[in-house]
Amino acid sequence: MSIGNIQESSGLWVFVEQSDGTLARVSLELLGKGRDLAEKLGVDVTAILIGHNVSEIAEELIFYGADRVIIADDPIVQDYRTETHTEIIAEQALKEKPDILLIGATCIGRDLAPRLSARLNTGCTADCTELDIDKEMRLIVATKPFFGRDLMADIICPFHRPQMVTVRPGVMELKDQDRKRHGELIYIDVKLKEEDIKVKVLETMRAASDGISLEEADKVVAAGMGVGNQDGFEMVKELAKLLGAQVGATSLPVDEGWVSEDKKIGQTGKTIRPKLYIGCGVSGAIQHSAGMINSELIIAINTNPKADIFNFADYGIIGNINEIIPALIKELKYSANKSLRPACKRLKPN
Amino acid sequence: MNIVVCIKQVPETSDIGWDSKTGSLIREGVEGILNPNDKNALEAALQIRQQHGGVITALSMGPRQAEDALREALSMGVDKAILLNDRIFAGSDTLSTSYALSLAIKKISRFDLILCGKESWDAMTAHVGPQVSELLNLPQLTYATEITIHNNSVTIKQKLEDGFKILTSSLPALITVEKEINQPQIPSMESIMNAYRNKEVQVWTNEDLGADKTHFGLKGSPTQSRKVYIKKVHKGKVIILEGKPDEIARNLVQILKQKGLV
Ligand SMILES: Cc1cc2nc3c(=O)[nH]c(=O)nc-3n(C[C@H](O)[C@H](O)[C@H](O)COP(=O)(O)OP(=O)(O)OC[C@H]3O[C@@H](n4cnc5c(N)ncnc54)[C@H](O)[C@@H]3O)c2cc1C
Ligand SMILES: Nc1ncnc2c1ncn2[C@@H]1O[C@H](COP(=O)(O)O)[C@@H](O)[C@H]1O
Repeated sequence: MSIGNIQESSGLWVFVEQSDGTLARVSLELLGKGRDLAEKLGVDVTAILIGHNVSEIAEELIFYGADRVIIADDPIVQDYRTETHTEIIAEQALKEKPDILLIGATCIGRDLAPRLSARLNTGCTADCTELDIDKEMRLIVATKPFFGRDLMADIICPFHRPQMVTVRPGVMELKDQDRKRHGELIYIDVKLKEEDIKVKVLETMRAASDGISLEEADKVVAAGMGVGNQDGFEMVKELAKLLGAQVGATSLPVDEGWVSEDKKIGQTGKTIRPKLYIGCGVSGAIQHSAGMINSELIIAINTNPKADIFNFADYGIIGNINEIIPALIKELKYSANKSLRPACKRLKPN
Repeated sequence: MNIVVCIKQVPETSDIGWDSKTGSLIREGVEGILNPNDKNALEAALQIRQQHGGVITALSMGPRQAEDALREALSMGVDKAILLNDRIFAGSDTLSTSYALSLAIKKISRFDLILCGKESWDAMTAHVGPQVSELLNLPQLTYATEITIHNNSVTIKQKLEDGFKILTSSLPALITVEKEINQPQIPSMESIMNAYRNKEVQVWTNEDLGADKTHFGLKGSPTQSRKVYIKKVHKGKVIILEGKPDEIARNLVQILKQKGLV
């Protein structure tokens, strides 16, 4: 099953992820980005939405940039399953021959995209951080940090269709919705039978979230390998707490097991845009900076004056975190005390 | 229970070069290690064999030196090791790699379970598991943190961003494992020596697979890197805060206060 004829392929599609009627934000981000790319090519944006009782959210997708929404609404697709979603999208894609297909690189998206690319015999570029159109060749150019220091690669898929790309949540900006936009809602029949589907979902457990997520945080203090060990990491946590910031990390402390995976910032982790980012012992490798470069104020503490992070930090401290962070903690505690006193006074009844 | 575990050799460090003409990594001369996440897949296979018996085959596609990764798998206790090695495989993207692996698995013939790591640490695409599943028309169960097998079915606990799902499927199936699933054993010196001295790594080429040659390598891969380049991110000029640690701290807290951040 291959979509061979490149000339025949046209249009940009976005797979829309939802769970119990809640849209995944990354899908909306991709609709916005997709709109820009589609305009360069002069083609339509199609959202493909799969689930049960999802008609209500379909219209939202038009406001976020879709010209058409293909809707597969059926109890059998209540839960995401690789087989059902692959089957529905592949069938529709073979019929309509989209040129481009964008998918959010969430757990679900990363389960679906490669399966679909193999079904459609086409290429998929994972975890891109930039997307553009080569107008002359009418190709999507997907840029991603590459293995190795500071390496970027521009990936194309010249001879197979659709050109598939996955993008992590937060990488593309969420555009404002335009409630004046019009579009077409297209319902398709779901012909799947439960007995033909091999995988069953027995149970879904949602973890209780522990407060503000990294992506939503105003302030983030990130620890890199320079913190040295678990104790160093705990010190960074204390600093974060005093600042009212969330803790993040590069991939190495995560690999070391000092902090959980959901705190990883970068190409293969979270993408953040806080007001304040403080990097403690972070070198600033492209795979990490891809996820934090849009922070408003960047402060770096690093012993090595040549560390890449100083190329894009606003303020730099060339020094050892074992000396700087305790001093910062002390100073923050001191200044908190100072500002607390008048606040206490005000509490007294007049 | 016959199990195939797909394992990959990855460069030990990320300080490596690339070929500016083809955009491929230069893997020669770089120390290779067994992809850490694939050790979890091997360990999971060993634990399943302990309960249910059967034969474990470790399978890898890569350059000749990837044999070391397979020897490591042998030292951990797998029964057989197969290396897919052919010049024409070089430069394959995930889909062509998955194509070669799927043909090899078909040739191994009887299998109940295929295990992969969730992702490799150099490519980190997490593509190969799902793509192999598709090419073999198998149910795919991704991101497993627990695997239980009973009769002819398998149940996994799947890790997601915001929780877990319990999924079940008939066998044969393909599972990709998270690193939390287990603590891989470290093979003894003796078993490492044994893996090098007394065990065999079979090497299969393109001919053994009877594959369509046009599916491999740079030409056969749907995705191509058009350009690989160094990108140093530069913003404006950094202001360096100088002095003793407590001076710096005072200075910085002052700046944060001015900006309303503390
Ligand atoms: C495919 C792929 C995807 C990746 N995805 C990500 C990702 O999403 N996120 C990510 O972060 N990484 C990712 N990486 C890894 C990335 O390439 C870097 O290896 C990583 O970001 C480096 O982390 P680091 O800065 O903490 O460590 P290092 O590069 O080891 O830097 C440590 C820094 O700390 C400084 N230091 C040492 N001691 C001290 C001290 N006492 N006080 C102050 N400073 C000190 C050093 O000078 C150095 O600059 C990925 C890699 C690959 C191959
Ligand atoms: N060349 C290869 N040979 C064998 N297995 C591989 C190879 N590449 C990837 N895999 C398997 O697929 C998983 C995901 O890899 P990746 O798609 O590269 O992130 C790995 O953890 C391995 O189990």
